[in-house]
Formats: sequence, structure tokens, C-alpha cells
Amino acid sequence: MSGATFLGMPSFPGAAKDALADTQLRRNLAHATATIRGKRTDAVGELDDWQELREAGRAIKERTLRHLDRYLLQLEERVTAAGGRVHWARDAEEASRIVVDLVRSTGERELVKVKSMATQEIGLNEALAEAGIAAYETDLAELIVQLGEDLPSHLLVPAIHRNRAEIREIFLRAMGEHGAAAPDGLGDAPAELAEAARRHLREKFLRAKVAVSGANFLVADTGTAVVVESEGNGRMCLTLPETLISVAGIEKVVPTWQDLEVFLQLLPRSSTGERMNPYTSTWTGTGTGTGTGTGTGTETGSGAGADGGEGPRAFHLVLLDGGRSDTLADPVGRQALNCIRCSACLNVCPVYERVGGHAYGSVYPGPIGAILSPQLRGGATESDRSLPYASTLCGACYEVCPVKINIPDVLVHLRARMVDGGRRRPVPKPERLAMAAASWVLAEPSRLAAAQRAGALAGRLLPGRRGRGASRLPGPLSAWTDARDAPVPAEESFRAWWRRTRR
Amino acid sequence: MREAAMSEARAEVLHRIRRALADVPDDERPQDVPVARDYSRSAPPGADPAQAAKLLAERLADYGAAVRLVPEDAVARAVADALAARGAARVVVPGGFPREWQAGLTTEGTGTPVRILSDDPRVPVSELDRTDGTVTTAATAIAETGTLVLDGGPGQGRRALTLVPDYHLCLVRAGQVVFGVPEALARLDPARPLTFVSGPSATSDIELERVEGVHGPRTLEVIVIV
Ligand code: SF4
Repeated sequence: MSGATFLGMPSFPGAAKDALADTQLRRNLAHATATIRGKRTDAVGELDDWQELREAGRAIKERTLRHLDRYLLQLEERVTAAGGRVHWARDAEEASRIVVDLVRSTGERELVKVKSMATQEIGLNEALAEAGIAAYETDLAELIVQLGEDLPSHLLVPAIHRNRAEIREIFLRAMGEHGAAAPDGLGDAPAELAEAARRHLREKFLRAKVAVSGANFLVADTGTAVVVESEGNGRMCLTLPETLISVAGIEKVVPTWQDLEVFLQLLPRSSTGERMNPYTSTWTGTGTGTGTGTGTGTETGSGAGADGGEGPRAFHLVLLDGGRSDTLADPVGRQALNCIRCSACLNVCPVYERVGGHAYGSVYPGPIGAILSPQLRGGATESDRSLPYASTLCGACYEVCPVKINIPDVLVHLRARMVDGGRRRPVPKPERLAMAAASWVLAEPSRLAAAQRAGALAGRLLPGRRGRGASRLPGPLSAWTDARDAPVPAEESFRAWWRRTRR
Repeated sequence: MREAAMSEARAEVLHRIRRALADVPDDERPQDVPVARDYSRSAPPGADPAQAAKLLAERLADYGAAVRLVPEDAVARAVADALAARGAARVVVPGGFPREWQAGLTTEGTGTPVRILSDDPRVPVSELDRTDGTVTTAATAIAETGTLVLDGGPGQGRRALTLVPDYHLCLVRAGQVVFGVPEALARLDPARPLTFVSGPSATSDIELERVEGVHGPRTLEVIVIV
């Protein structure tokens, strides 16, 4: 069920070329990004204090990161006091092992899962499968991806590369293998497909004893975890099973309950362009601390768990480092850890819109992926080192980012660092990096034309204009800068030149 | 063995973090990193509770929830009407739900007779799955975002109650409605299990076409008591 992987994927330029050729993907993506972009603009435009909220979001994250150890310890103490258990994982492997052991100790062989970037990042489903534990994704898009033995292509709408006819095919073919089969005569209307998913998963929810989730926020001063979602599968996972295991990056902590008043405004408007997402659930440990219960004073049940009380009897929080502390060590790159995974930067990125999520070879696609993945993974592969070039530095991502991550600045910084520092990795030849960048922007004639039409982009591509905030392109990029500052060559001749000079 | 590995991991992660933060002065305290909260933290000047209730109704309607503004003395009738219109024959009602609001359910002439399942003692989940819906109150509501918040208090029930059945009728008093997110969070107790509900469950995962209702209740109706 989890045959696909990001490991060993081609580096960005190669993957991007393949993706550009896939017109279905491009059509879907262009439609998706344009639609969400419009909704976001409206939702954000409604708030007079948006810029103040953004600044507060950024500042809270900065405060948190500069005192991360203190907040994590406070979080641990509060979660524990409320009946939960906190586990620490140095890397992906350790995190997966902790989860596998926890599931094993329940004696269960299957679990339900709510979409979580952290569990994707650590390859948890693969680790569970190896241990003979079936992990059922319950988010509709993740279900589509999982049943299709496929990879997600967008943070928010991971199955955006599939159209309804393909989804119908996948459901008809694969649902029966993993549980309740799709009904005969299943049509391809989205409502029908959603209904099929509802039925397929309901049986699993009612049966599940163990659930795995991520967390959007972890509140240090109260020990509260927060899951923000749309479909209700998150609520199912947080409510019905007896054991809940949540895996979250150490950067998910926020200092106070009050801080949520900022993020619960920033996230839905930036993410789905809604005033608020349909469901947000918060829980504090197992609720055996103060102030919980059904509140009727006539409670007769055992308190939680199988009878569908207030939530699981056992709550485990796995705090994942996985390269975050390394990322933290770079005072410029550190801000990538502000990210609240809203995906707004993907939807405004001209490069992402053209090539789609798969081209980034990472669970984090788009502009945030370009600055986060190479840092989390220490720039270990050529694919990662090419990621900071997956940008035209147009600055649109920075403008929409609800926590004000200056992505263009970090990109430029990383380009220099990946080349100069190399982090004990062999440094790729400067020319190759420059070519990677050229390949990004110019690999396709229509992309170049579009880029030239767009004013913001033109500012980056044509001579004599430097963009906001981004510092001078360093070292090896001078090759690219020189090419850029020269008159823009005719498309075909550039392509011909590119092919000729490629090796 | 496991315990040892765990405390080792904990110590190492904390050590790495401290090492990574070498640029942070030793004597810097969290509050030394300024956080300006000059965003709006209260209702706009001059806004009154009646306006907040109306705004809540509008915003919930935007999500596809059916909303009625009803005076106190007509609540029981409105509940009975809503359930009759829905054709709900068996509904779960949590402990602590006001008796007077259930009164309409036994009144003659309101259409379909409704059978009430009390959730005290708890109705098993498999049974919940076979009921037609649930009727609850709320802890607070946020006008600006069209959000109801349930905290498991009297009349609101445990989480599963407003999750497993396909229909949720939620009652909220105008006096419980606040304008924005900051006011709501200030009122809520984080130690309680909180559920923020903004419209029926929804997905846009298939070609971005909005479909209402995947796993949570596909129909949300709200009675705002004014
Ligand atoms: S980098 Fe900013 S815009 Fe992009 S996903 Fe993260 S929070 Fe959203």
C-alpha cells in the first residue's frame, strides 16, 4: 500500500522537466492554485489587522525558537501532568521506532491515521508496514494517494494531480482490498466519491483502537495539542480510539494558550482561504487533569476510550528533532521553522504552479520545501542542494507567508551555504549549480514567456533590477547572474544552448 | 533499555537545541523578544450583542449551515420543527440539556414523533452510528468566523455525540456569542476537550469541488436564541 517513496528521486531540474510535460498535472495545479489564491486574498482582505497578526505570528515564533528548550520542557511537564506521555526522537528512524513500539505494546495490528506532514517526513507508514501494522490514511486526499500507491503533490490538497475519473478508478480497484469495497455503479461526482470514502472509513473508525496524528500547535503553558482540519477524520481519530499517538516536530510548540488567538486566525485564512476551517480540536493530555469530564456530574462510563468518551485513555506525544536543531543553528535559515504549513507560498509560486509538488523530491514542496528540506536533511543529496534554486526569487511567497518567513532571503543564503559550506559533503561544481538554476527558469519556453510577462518576475529576470530584501547572488551564482544580466536570449536558442552545454 | 534510550534522546535533543542557540545571549529571557499584540482583541467599538448574533448567523450560513434566530419562548417549538423537517426519529440528547427545550418534542402535532435517547448512561458508539442526529448546546460562539465551540459541558455532551451521527442541531444563546477569536479563547478552559465547529464537515480534495460532509455530521443546523 505504500509502495511510493521520495527517496532516490531525481534532483529537481530532472523531475521538474518530467512534470512540465504532464499536462493533466499542470492543468489541475494551475486551477487549484488560482482558486485557492483567490479565496485566500478575499479571506485575508476581510481583516483590517492582518499585518499586525502576521507580525505577531512571526514574533511569537521568534520568541519560541530562541527559547525552544525551555518551552519544550514546559510542554513536557504539562502534558505529563495531564496524563500524557512525552517521547523524544533524535531522528526519523527513532521516531518511527517509538511509534512502532507503542503500537506493538497495545497488541493491535492496525491503526487509523490523520494527515500529518511529520509522519510523512519520517516515513512512518513504511516503518509500520515493515512491522506488520496496517496504517489507514483517513484524509480523503491521503486515502486517494494511499490507495493509488502514489505520492502527495501539495501540502493541502495532496491528490490535486488526480482527476475524478482517476479517483473513481482507484476506489473501485483498491477499496475492496483494504476494507469495505466501493459500491457497484460508483459514479465520478465528487459527492459520490466522498460518500464512498465515508463508508469505507467509517467501519475503520468504529473499530480502531489506535490512532496516529500530527499536531498543528502544542501549547507549552497548558500542555494542549491542537489539530486543525476540514473533514472530521481528525475528530474521529482523536475521539474514538483508546490510544492516541501524536508525532510533531519540536518547532510546533507555542508559548501560551493566548498565542493561539493569532495562529487560529492566520492559518485557516492563509491555508484554505476560509474564515475558519470546519473543525479544530484541542486536547490536554488524557483529560485526567483538572476541569475535564462530561460536565453532567452523572458520568457512569469509565472516562474515555472505547465507549467514545472524551478521547483516548492513553496519549503519547512524540517530539521529533529530525534536523530541526541543525536548522535552528543557522540564524538566517532558522526562520524556516516558523512555518505553520498553510501552503499559501505554494499557491503563489510561479515555479510550483508549473512543475507541481512531486518535482521537489520531498514531503515539503514549493518555496517552503526549497528552504526547509535542504536544511532538515543537511543538504545531504544533490537533489536537496539543487532545491534552493527552485525559485525565481520573485518574493510572492514572502508577501503571503502568515509568519513572515523571508523565503527569498533564506534561498539566497542557502545557495551560498550549500555551495561554500557544503556541510562535509562534496561540493558540486559551481557550473552545475548555475545550470540547475537556469534549467529551473528557462527549461521551458512558455515558462520564460510567462515569466517575462509577469512584472514581479521580470524584475528578477531582466537586467538592472534587484528585488526586495534578497541580497546579492553569491559566488557560483554569478554565472547565472551574468547570463541573466545579458540580453535574454531567444527561447529556442537558449534551449539549444542549454542542451549543448549541459554536460 | 527503552527508558535509557529515551532519556538519552531527550538529553541529546535538548543539548543540540542549546548548542544551536549559541547566538542567543545567556541572560535573554523569552519576554525580551518583543511580541506586539496590536491586532484587534475585542469587538469593534459600538458593536452590540444583537449584531454579533446576526453576524454569527450570516457567517454560519456562508458555510452551508441552516441558521434560525429564535426568541427564548419559541425554542422548544423550533427544536421540534427542525427535527420534524429533518425527519429525525431518534436523536441523542446529552446530559444537562435543558428540559424545557426538549418539551416541544412530545407536543402533539409537530409531525414525526421523535424518540429521545439520553446519553446518560452513554450510548455505545455503534448505536450512535444508527441514530438520526444529536441536539446540543454550545460553550461559546465566534461571530466573525461563524464558529461554535463545544467544551463537553452540560448540554454539550462528549465529543463522539456531535461527531458520529449525521445531523447536529446546536443551540446557542446570543449572550454566548463573542465577536472574534481572541475573546473566545480567553473564555475557554484549555483543560477541557474543545471542539471548534465552523459549518458542516467539508472537503475540496477532488478537483477542488466543495463537498459538504465527509466524516463529521453532513448537516449542521443552528438555533440562535435572541
Ligand atoms: S512558509 Fe509561510 S506561506 Fe509557506 S507554508 Fe509555511 S507558513 Fe505557509
